[in-house]
Amino acid sequence: MALKASDLKIGDTRTERVVENLTRTQLVQYAGASGDYNPLHTDEVYVTQVAGYPSVFAHGMLTMGLSGKVVTDWVGADRVRKYGVRFTNQVWPGDSLDTTVTVTAIRNEDGKTFADFSVSTVNQDGREVVSGSATALIDA
Amino acid sequence: MTKITFPVEASHIMMFARSIGDTNPAYQAGADSVAPPTFPQSVAQFDPDYYLRPKPGQPWFGSGKTASGVEGKAPSSGGLHAEQHFEYFRPLRPGDVLTVEYGPGKTWEKESKRAGKLTFRERVAEYRDQTGELVCRATLVGVTTERPVAQG
Repeated sequence: MALKASDLKIGDTRTERVVENLTRTQLVQYAGASGDYNPLHTDEVYVTQVAGYPSVFAHGMLTMGLSGKVVTDWVGADRVRKYGVRFTNQVWPGDSLDTTVTVTAIRNEDGKTFADFSVSTVNQDGREVVSGSATALIDA
Repeated sequence: MTKITFPVEASHIMMFARSIGDTNPAYQAGADSVAPPTFPQSVAQFDPDYYLRPKPGQPWFGSGKTASGVEGKAPSSGGLHAEQHFEYFRPLRPGDVLTVEYGPGKTWEKESKRAGKLTFRERVAEYRDQTGELVCRATLVGVTTERPVAQG
């Protein structure tokens, strides 16, 4: 059942743990599904000896995908009309991430009703890794 | 610029949803599935020249016998993803055969304490279906750093 404007008010918020103890295998899984085989995300030898990082790290798009689950769990998988983020810090194997999605506006445009949300994902140290927003089409 | 043909397939959606740890049944409904919001990025699979996929007979900058298959490659080359923005006009569904076209984007520079000079490049992709209808617009901002991003 689709979300209604009357189900939401500004400031309503949801937080979910979107990944617990991120594994290198999940980075490989994401590389295979998305087609982004950048060795920065899967090749510990390259990344430590050539690229100069302490370990492989997550694709930004994986963190964006993990975070987006909290939006789609709330509004429905077919209701998202905008989703945008900035990648503010890298995500590493072993990280656990929590995403908070908060209603920032409910508005009408061209006879349709939309809800706007802020999206923020933090790691286990409270450091923000993704900061963004989303918009969903909802029922009036 | 190049146009890429991106056939949206149910099994690809299922694999993609698994890779982001999302068990939503909407992504495992076969022909009735919808695609997760970040799925359009996997158009990379259908770009014959995608530079972040190893190709037979060509050197690859990841490790093999040596730590990199391409000598003299600068550290942190390949760049990082700074921002990503999607606008959807409807969800992507199996059976869509999308034509993806990249338009020009802005380039700008910024100085950073953690990584030196940053060069940002924006790339806008439009995804259109078989009828020419705009389904999704994706804006990627990539950043090339002067040195690896300092941690801590």
